[in-house]
Amino acid sequence: MLRAGLLAGLMLAATPAHAFVAYVSNEKSNTVSVIDTDSWTVTKTIKVGQRPRGIEFTRDGKFVMVAVGDDDTIQVIDAKAQAIVDTLPSGPDPELFTQDAAGKTLYVANENDNTVTVIDLEKRARLGDIQVGVEPEGMTISPDGKTLINTSETTNMAHFIDTSSRQIVANVLVDPRPRFAEFKHDSSELWVSSEIGGTVSVIDPGKHEVIGKVTFEIPGLRKEAIQPVGIGMTKDDKTAFVALGPANRIAVVDTATRKVTKYLLVGQRVWHMAFTPDEKYLLTTNGVSNDVSVIDVAAQKVIKTIQVGELPWGITIAP
Amino acid sequence: MIRWLLGPIGLCLAAAQALAADPVTIGVGYLGVAGTRATLSLVEQPAENEGVAGAKLAIEDNNTTGKFLGQRFTLEEHRIREGEDPVQAASALAEKNGFIVADLPADALLKVADALRDRGTLLFNAGAIDERLREADCRANVIHTAPTRSMLADALGQYLVWKKWSRWLLVVGSHDEDKLYADALRRAATRFGAKIVQERTFEDKGGARRTDSGVTLIQRQMPVFTQQAPAYDVLVAADESEVFAAYLPYRTWDPRPVAGSAGLVPRSWDAAQDQWGATQMQNRFMKLNARRMSALDMQAWTAVRMIGEATSRTNSGDVKKVTDFIKGPNFEIAAFKGTRLTLRDWNLQLRQPILLVDGRMVVSVSPQEGFLHQVSELDTLGYDRPESKCKLK
Repeated sequence: MLRAGLLAGLMLAATPAHAFVAYVSNEKSNTVSVIDTDSWTVTKTIKVGQRPRGIEFTRDGKFVMVAVGDDDTIQVIDAKAQAIVDTLPSGPDPELFTQDAAGKTLYVANENDNTVTVIDLEKRARLGDIQVGVEPEGMTISPDGKTLINTSETTNMAHFIDTSSRQIVANVLVDPRPRFAEFKHDSSELWVSSEIGGTVSVIDPGKHEVIGKVTFEIPGLRKEAIQPVGIGMTKDDKTAFVALGPANRIAVVDTATRKVTKYLLVGQRVWHMAFTPDEKYLLTTNGVSNDVSVIDVAAQKVIKTIQVGELPWGITIAP
Repeated sequence: MIRWLLGPIGLCLAAAQALAADPVTIGVGYLGVAGTRATLSLVEQPAENEGVAGAKLAIEDNNTTGKFLGQRFTLEEHRIREGEDPVQAASALAEKNGFIVADLPADALLKVADALRDRGTLLFNAGAIDERLREADCRANVIHTAPTRSMLADALGQYLVWKKWSRWLLVVGSHDEDKLYADALRRAATRFGAKIVQERTFEDKGGARRTDSGVTLIQRQMPVFTQQAPAYDVLVAADESEVFAAYLPYRTWDPRPVAGSAGLVPRSWDAAQDQWGATQMQNRFMKLNARRMSALDMQAWTAVRMIGEATSRTNSGDVKKVTDFIKGPNFEIAAFKGTRLTLRDWNLQLRQPILLVDGRMVVSVSPQEGFLHQVSELDTLGYDRPESKCKLK
């Protein structure tokens, strides 16, 4: 504790501008790596439950929630103590989850039984389940908090769920195996990646219609290797970053034209990503090469690679 | 503790959508043969519901999706008994079902395909791996989710060559299908640069697969059978008839690995496959059928999922519309194999990666790295377009 405190103090003194903390879930190692974004080093490795995947800070930055699918629960890590302090009653095999803006309600995709579980974060109690399609995974909430999006991998749909009634209000068909969903900050568009389809569908959230598709083409790489998963949208909504899995690249997409402007070579099988709060850096998890790539967002360049545990999956950065 | 007690207040909200109109019913038939064949290994003895169990799970998956689209899928199973006419059985199934998933021997499948052609029924061959069904005897109303012998042999061949085990001792059974598999293995050796240093035939002289002191006898026979072979890296066995291959591992005269029909085996699916999200699927299968999922189960699952994928993309249960979409250029299906699966338009064979398994683990997945192709690397497995003798009618 003392050491950690001292270390944090030193870092603050060094470069207060961008000393953030990133947490990375390592699916195979059953650990979470803590990365300091000032020194770009792993400062701690926390042992967690079986098969950690989805990972996110609570809104207040005090806790990190990590879905440990094979233990059928979500563990809560105290960010100060860097130790597990509690568990949340998710359904079986939780994978990805999202929370409302207030940080009061958590929505969890349970891959094994086609449901989304609703959890009261303050009481840490389960409020109920919503039946969705086969193998729910991608989860996001609209900026106004009114609509919850869940994507189901084998049903190939984005389900629009009214957060007050907890009813499905619309289902939008997308390309095969949708993995991840992300709203533009101005709510005008919802982007959904299709891992097997190899595309990102752009959906009009008002009309519940696919209004465009982002496609990818990399010379010398076969089409099957391009498998979009994670999406990161800049705060001005002008640029989207899309992780292309075994293509080992992040696509930089101009959101106005929906065209790729650049491909950034990162580690192997890149899946998820997180921006630092100042949006200077974007960190990506590269499963097969067991590392995290650091992208300089303005320069659109990979500046660093950090070794973490085995099969890094998800990433979250303290607000 | 209280928060745990509060837990299961299930809201279980039914999807409000699409319930207004009556759902469209999409009938799928499953046509198999009654009885199971004997295997050398007791643990590999197929279940009585092998194949149809996969179809059943896909029907459930399709129905979960279907409730959002107003589509309902049904499954009707028929097992042909000895002496029963497959055409009659198929015609009866086709009364109510526009799609039939078949696990039939090649000749029976062809008879059924020709009899149902004018009716417009779409058949899925989930069981037969015969090359001729995709070559000279291909049919425009039959889609193949089962891989071919050449796809299986090429998948194994690529791995053995990658491993630099390029000198093969080929042991072939005395039945027709063993010889066909041996043909495919010889072709794979030629294509990928392996050398068959010698071939031996294992004659099937009859006899039981279960005996009370079997091991003692086999332990004497197999080393003798494999002695005095020229220098080789791997013994490749072609024994689809389940007569001898499973006896070979650990009993060869020279200490060599075994592949083909025993040891390292190429398969479309395996109970041990847990990559690319397959765990969820394996869990669903186990929950529904109380056993593990076989390759035939997967081939049937894929067929029924292809139907569901096409009905949701076309938003239609019309057999003609769905068939056209499946055969069209935009069709692709996800099947937990790490890549999209598509149809070879020249013979309606589903392109797919092939797993190499040892009975406990997935050892590798072919195509192997470095085997390149101008269209799809999956087309490095099996007969390719330029070699095809198929003319779809």
